[in-house]
Amino acid sequence: MSKNNKPDFFDKPKTRRMLWALLWAACGLSLVAQFFASPEPHFGFDGFLGFNALFGFACVVALVLAGRGLGFILKRDTNYYDD
Amino acid sequence: MHPLFAYLGAVALIPIFTGVWRNRMVLAAALFGLFVVHSLPEGLTATASFLGHELTLFRVDALSRMFGYIFCLNSVFAFLFAYKLVDVRQQLAALCYIGSAVGAVFAGDLITLYVFWEVMAVASTFLILARKTTLSSGAGFRYVLVHLFGGLCMLAGIIVHVQATGSIALTSLAPNLGGWLILAGVLINVSAFPFARWLSESYPEATVTGGVILSAYTTKTAVYVLLRSFPGWEVLIVVGCVMAVYGIIYAILENDMRRILAFSITNQAGFMVVGAGIGTALSINGAAAHAFCSILYTSLLWMSAGAVLAATGKSKCTELGGLHKAMPLTLLLGFIGALTISSFPGTAGFTSKTMILQAAANEHLLWVLLVLEVASAGVFLHAGLKYPFFVFFSKDSGLRPPEAPRHMLLSMGGLAFLCLLIGVYPQPLYAMLPFDPAGFDAYKAGKLVGHMQLLLFSAAAFFVMLPLLRNTDTVTLDADWFYRRGGSLFYRAVSAVFNGLNEVSAKAAGGFVHGFAEFCRKIPERVLLVVTSLNPDSFGSGRANSALRLKQIRESLDAAALPVGGSLVAVTLGLAVLLALVL
Repeated sequence: MSKNNKPDFFDKPKTRRMLWALLWAACGLSLVAQFFASPEPHFGFDGFLGFNALFGFACVVALVLAGRGLGFILKRDTNYYDD
Repeated sequence: MHPLFAYLGAVALIPIFTGVWRNRMVLAAALFGLFVVHSLPEGLTATASFLGHELTLFRVDALSRMFGYIFCLNSVFAFLFAYKLVDVRQQLAALCYIGSAVGAVFAGDLITLYVFWEVMAVASTFLILARKTTLSSGAGFRYVLVHLFGGLCMLAGIIVHVQATGSIALTSLAPNLGGWLILAGVLINVSAFPFARWLSESYPEATVTGGVILSAYTTKTAVYVLLRSFPGWEVLIVVGCVMAVYGIIYAILENDMRRILAFSITNQAGFMVVGAGIGTALSINGAAAHAFCSILYTSLLWMSAGAVLAATGKSKCTELGGLHKAMPLTLLLGFIGALTISSFPGTAGFTSKTMILQAAANEHLLWVLLVLEVASAGVFLHAGLKYPFFVFFSKDSGLRPPEAPRHMLLSMGGLAFLCLLIGVYPQPLYAMLPFDPAGFDAYKAGKLVGHMQLLLFSAAAFFVMLPLLRNTDTVTLDADWFYRRGGSLFYRAVSAVFNGLNEVSAKAAGGFVHGFAEFCRKIPERVLLVVTSLNPDSFGSGRANSALRLKQIRESLDAAALPVGGSLVAVTLGLAVLLALVL
């Protein structure tokens, strides 16, 4: 079934580096864009540059950590309900 | 004409058609249904009399028309996706399920709604059972029990409501007992926590086609009823926020790709429930628009996952990966769905979800806005990134299945096109909304920048946190524990208590009967013992002690050799007693 064994486009370290660079560049661009059009603040403390960026980043980190923490409590073997 | 007849007609015609013509007929019926909805004039109603009530079987207004429209539109894509399906039971179940969902959103009274509601529950169960695995039959069994329970709550609510008000009209309900019971039934169907697990447990066990069809109708019909009957019920804001966060947390813990998508249905329905709870014109518009768009992108995502499942036979992230090499078009189209569910600017999700966020901001519900922003980042994390990344990239599983067949790609392509079209040109969607959306603009520059920051930095955080996101082949505990494990514990406890009680009762009754029989058997010797003690010489060997006398009495009784005198006295006395009693 395997057609090729050579490294795929997405497997090449060079591509990976490029994709990382693109991602951070896009993030940077979205921060720069705030100088031209700033989102309307709602909470009083969210007017500073990059609030939404920080919020998004922090949310994902917190959610992943929360998920991982809960995983220790909630995860069971796949045949938990089988007996 | 009611669009329901398009699906009922197809059900009637199914025995006449065979093979590919059957699939063509079903697809044509769905197209006809869409045409019928498209040409429905607003304000149309059809009524009938039933047990002294005037039923409104058919009511066309902006809200019902919008839901009817997307239901029929989605059925066209679903039947195109299932163009090569040869299982007639699935086709029948799908037609009955979609038809009754269409019937439910056009219902103008509670009784009609309830009837369609129950038909939906039963018909949809067959789409789960059709997978014919042990897991699917267990999941289908629990699915139908949960829905029948929800249906009973609703029925009880309707009875209480009709008794109290005398009205069966499907309009805004008052927060009294009837209203709360109906709400409980609806919340079960919208997969509200703690009654959320039925969805993520059963849909992923359905067939490939079943998953696609199920993902669209039950929860959205429930959202429709919330918008119709419970707008502005503040409890819904809390319920929706919990649903949005619940979906994310469980999706992060999940390994099965279709289960990840199932949790995203609960998560997205959470946004709509919040919209219903806020209850302003903008939030109702937002929830209706988001329901419309979510059917498009959820179907698209389920189709892409279904195509992977059909091609590989696998659905666990731990067994998949690297499929971008073999199924690039499925990836591309699925990724458009992933971007749309993440409400990426330029997709349908952005033009509808921002309406709910704006409604929360307008009402100064800041904590609600904050939770929904967290949920927005979270949905990008699990449905936008986790699902495509672990299925199509990540480690190479070595699987090289063929690309999805043409009819599946065509169906996904159509939905992806609509997702992008509504994203850049939302006016036709806005024109269908129940309230005039004048003044709302999704594409304000500041809003766009803020949302892009949120999404891009969420993506960055996802890749930074990737080592902590590795999947494990496990199940996660949820409120369903109470009826899965708890149910069997309850069964065992009840069995121990009542069977124990049974055993004790049987022993007690047996002991009593045995003892009484023994007592009766000994009556003659006891009597003789007393009688002979009066005149010890009258029996046997004269003045013997009582133990020896008892032994002699027993022997005499066993041998039926009693002294004639004593027997005569006893018989005479006995007859005298009997005579005295009779007289």
